[in-house]
Amino acid sequence: MSNQTDTQTKIVGKPVPRKEGRAKVTGAARYIDDLRMDGMLYGATVRSAVPRGRIREIKFGAGLPWDEFVVVTAADIPGENCVALILLDQPYLVAKFINHAEEPILLLAHADKHLLEKARRAVTFDVEPLSPIFTLEESLAKKEIIWGEDNIFKSYQVNKGNVDEVWAQADFIIEGEYRTGAQEQLYIEPNGVIAVANADAGVTVWGSMQCPYYVHKALLKLFALPEEKIRVIQTETGGGFGGKEEYPSMIAGHAALLSWKAGGRPVKIIYDRAEDMVATTKRHPSRTRHRTAVNKDGKLLGMEIEFVIDGGAYATLSSVVLSRGTIHAAGPYNCPNVRINAHAVATNVPPHGAFRGFGAPQSIFALERHLDKVAQVVGLSPAEFRRRNFIHEGETTATGQVIREPVDMEGLLARAFELTDYQAKRERFARANEGRSLKRGIGFASFMHGAGFTGSGEVYLQSIVGAEAGADGRVRLLAASTEIGQGTNTIFAQIAADALQIDFDLIEVAQPDTSNVPNSGPTVASRTTMIVGKLVESAALGLKQTLQNSGLLKANYTTDDWRAACRRHVEQFGLLKSFSQYKPPPGINWDEGKYQGDAYGAYAWAVYVAEVTVDMLTYEARVEDFVALQEVGKVVHPVLAAGQIEGGVAQAIGFTLYENVVWSEGRMLNNQMTNYIIPTSADIPPIRVYFEEQPYAYGPAGAKGIGELPMDGGAPAILNAIEHATGVAFNHVPLLPEALMQALNQTA
Amino acid sequence: MRAYLPDYELRAPRSLTDALALLAREPGGWRAFAGGTDLMVLLEAGLLTHRKFLSIWHLPELKGIEVANDHVTLGALTTYTEVQRDETMRREFPLLGAAARETGGIAIQNRGTLGGNIVNASPAADSPPALLVYDAELELVSTRGTRLLPYREFHTGYKQMNMQSDELLTRIRLPRTTGDLKTYYRKVGTRKAQAISKVCFAAGARMNDGRIADVRLALGSVAPTVVRCTQTEELLRNQTIDEATTKAAREMLMTEITPIDDMRSTADYRLNVAANLLADFLRQLKHT
Ligand SMILES: Cc1cc2nc3c(=O)[nH]c(=O)nc-3n(C[C@H](O)[C@H](O)[C@H](O)COP(=O)(O)OP(=O)(O)OC[C@H]3O[C@@H](n4cnc5c(N)ncnc54)[C@H](O)[C@@H]3O)c2cc1C
Repeated sequence: MSNQTDTQTKIVGKPVPRKEGRAKVTGAARYIDDLRMDGMLYGATVRSAVPRGRIREIKFGAGLPWDEFVVVTAADIPGENCVALILLDQPYLVAKFINHAEEPILLLAHADKHLLEKARRAVTFDVEPLSPIFTLEESLAKKEIIWGEDNIFKSYQVNKGNVDEVWAQADFIIEGEYRTGAQEQLYIEPNGVIAVANADAGVTVWGSMQCPYYVHKALLKLFALPEEKIRVIQTETGGGFGGKEEYPSMIAGHAALLSWKAGGRPVKIIYDRAEDMVATTKRHPSRTRHRTAVNKDGKLLGMEIEFVIDGGAYATLSSVVLSRGTIHAAGPYNCPNVRINAHAVATNVPPHGAFRGFGAPQSIFALERHLDKVAQVVGLSPAEFRRRNFIHEGETTATGQVIREPVDMEGLLARAFELTDYQAKRERFARANEGRSLKRGIGFASFMHGAGFTGSGEVYLQSIVGAEAGADGRVRLLAASTEIGQGTNTIFAQIAADALQIDFDLIEVAQPDTSNVPNSGPTVASRTTMIVGKLVESAALGLKQTLQNSGLLKANYTTDDWRAACRRHVEQFGLLKSFSQYKPPPGINWDEGKYQGDAYGAYAWAVYVAEVTVDMLTYEARVEDFVALQEVGKVVHPVLAAGQIEGGVAQAIGFTLYENVVWSEGRMLNNQMTNYIIPTSADIPPIRVYFEEQPYAYGPAGAKGIGELPMDGGAPAILNAIEHATGVAFNHVPLLPEALMQALNQTA
Repeated sequence: MRAYLPDYELRAPRSLTDALALLAREPGGWRAFAGGTDLMVLLEAGLLTHRKFLSIWHLPELKGIEVANDHVTLGALTTYTEVQRDETMRREFPLLGAAARETGGIAIQNRGTLGGNIVNASPAADSPPALLVYDAELELVSTRGTRLLPYREFHTGYKQMNMQSDELLTRIRLPRTTGDLKTYYRKVGTRKAQAISKVCFAAGARMNDGRIADVRLALGSVAPTVVRCTQTEELLRNQTIDEATTKAAREMLMTEITPIDDMRSTADYRLNVAANLLADFLRQLKHT
């Protein structure tokens, strides 16, 4: 086959089969719970029943053979009792103070996993209760101080121009408040790991995760061992959506602590759905307040935005979630004066964490709902108001970033409207709805999403990717970026195959294992294709250069020539290797102190249109049609890219109309799939995905990031459509039928 | 799995006689295990407190749909899939087919049984409202004998039933007198599939000369048990359908049902939706 390969054919842009597709479809792929080791024990976590308190005593109930169990408490920790991430405030196990319900206190292991379950219930804690706080209002009001001096994990202020001067000249001043709720990631495979740990061999962890080097860093501190004694291996991972960004460090540490205490016997911990939902991270709930100054021509004069997110009991990633939410809060608009005050605050609930979009869906929801209100007050249509304020090349974002790419939001809007027949429907529905029990509406949101780490994040990460070629010409890519269902391995192979102009099948991607792949950074922030993919491209090109410089490969070559050159290289010099490290594109500047400058290397730009019906008998809103149009640089793989958009939109529909975390005393009550309602395929409309391509000079083959983008626009587009259908402005998600009923009955 | 399996016992008696003998020997000791679609959820969550079960899945006496002249008899083990496939059921008892179609997914429809749905006694179960509209009767059997009970008298309170611990539900009988009812079924569960009802509404009626000659209203998820709303039926009987009747019926229904706030919804929502669905039913009835 490969002999016939036309080496000039581009693979980027083609829907090649997924690298790991066959193994997944045939069931050959092995997930962590499929793995078993000799002498393996099962581990379980005993958690707090109360949201806040001081532990007085741990009690072991009667009737269980306790001497057969491995028992670990905070006192057994060899290194430091903290999950090293950004700050060091979160313990692996509570030593004394409980700060949230379901906080881990004690670990158990036993060979019989059913007996283990019985034992877990037999451990109880005598706790002196302390007063908890559960809402961001209580936290801001300092009803109790539960973290640091003021309950504030992090604050940012963004300043552009001088917003204080605009209010006097404004023709209109429009205020609004918007809220979003917690959301569960609900990846298919729950969290799970296996660990082997002892003083001689060190610590090895296999597991379902997004970021092997985060786990590595956390275990270093927990065990106080040298780097080479810690090894983290990612196994086949059934989804993450951010939910496996930070939490695997916790569960990996727990399994490793049990194994350490058990003298190195392997310990497996797998959460069931109930534990995964009740104890692990969710999307940060948020509250955004807008105050907007506009002149009579419908031009934005100033925006003052207060953005607050509820971080839960520990700092975890809240500061960076806040950062992304803050930077996206003013959207793709050209506004001369902006002030954004942002805070991440502490409450006594399990820490909220990474979830696709990472703060941006929250602040974009607020903005895109608010602008519909602003348009109404000003007397313009939502579309015309936005048209008068869209950002263009050469203009600046809220952080003062000069947009250097050709941005055409007007064009995107026009095309999205054409695809949905928006204008006609807008008028037709409004006329036809009167007196109907099924009311129809159409709405849209326009937005952007920055790819890669914020500000100088990528510079600090200094990601590295390696590539090696064997005697048979096969190329192995070495990166810590994980395949979690989104297609990393396929994309990397496509990029490398095109860079080397060789057969796609000759490229393989090494299993992420910290003992033999370099740190290419975490698999988050829509950075894997754009940032790491670019490193893959350069590392691959490095192989080619070496072969060409040593005269083994001519300028024009076939896959067979490539093979021959590799064979000769290996014979003469050994394995051929090349590494590439991140360098920021020229002209990128970020001032962390002032929170000004080039927040992201590139943005994807989008307009999403939602059509809804609201059933006045049951107050249920349904999305009937959805168009997602975005400019993404270059589509590397059309099927995977469309899949990302469809999945993200489906998740956004869940976030908007279905998914409600029911809290009681800081604990999720509906931690089952029966009661935490995610939409089924029957609830999701056809999601029509369209791409525009405007190649980005510093992305591989021109690609920008798209993973998080589709989570951003759904909620405001749908609520804008519901307002169109019902005439009622709803400003919070999830918007459930019960809330629709209350408001609709009030206005009726 | 949060249950400790060695704590549980499961037996599979060879015949109905053996099963009944076992139940009689240790009253309260053993409980039926049919499709297991309710029981396995509890087991998995570690919430199944009862420990001794007898599998009835293979007992032929509890299977099959039989059509006689004046009634149809459904074995307690009849699955949702069987209900949907049966020609007579489709023609004469469409409410039950509608309920079956909207119950769980295909796997649950293949495995879950009508008997289990009834005896599990959830007020949110989806086939009971249909059974109530059709005036179903239950056949309960023990070593002491067989008795026939109107389904309407079966549920006596939240998870309380008119059934002895030595009895099995063997059959469900539906009188073949309702084929000409105008029917209405609506399950409201926020999502379109795999939902637990917030409100389940099943109704049937006959019009005669512009007046309501016969009307049956049954609801799920609005009271401690599924309910037939006889007071509202009473109010509607012999009435013409107009705005005043509809308004009065809505008001009566809202006093007749007693929904609560829970994890899934609010009492207020359930009241309003139930009343809206009643109005919608009456509107459709009027226009047929
Ligand atoms: C994913 C999923 C979705 C579901 N969706 C729905 C839905 O949409 N609507 C709905 O109503 N239900 C739903 N259910 C609940 C369940 O499937 C139904 O209630 C089903 O009919 C139960 O039947 P079974 O045979 O599986 O009962 P089992 O679990 O075997 O038994 C349930 C109870 O009934 C008793 N019992 C069963 N048969 C007899 C008998 N013949 N005599 C005496 N006692 C008996 C058992 O002892 C037990 O207490 C769902 C369940 C799951 C897991």
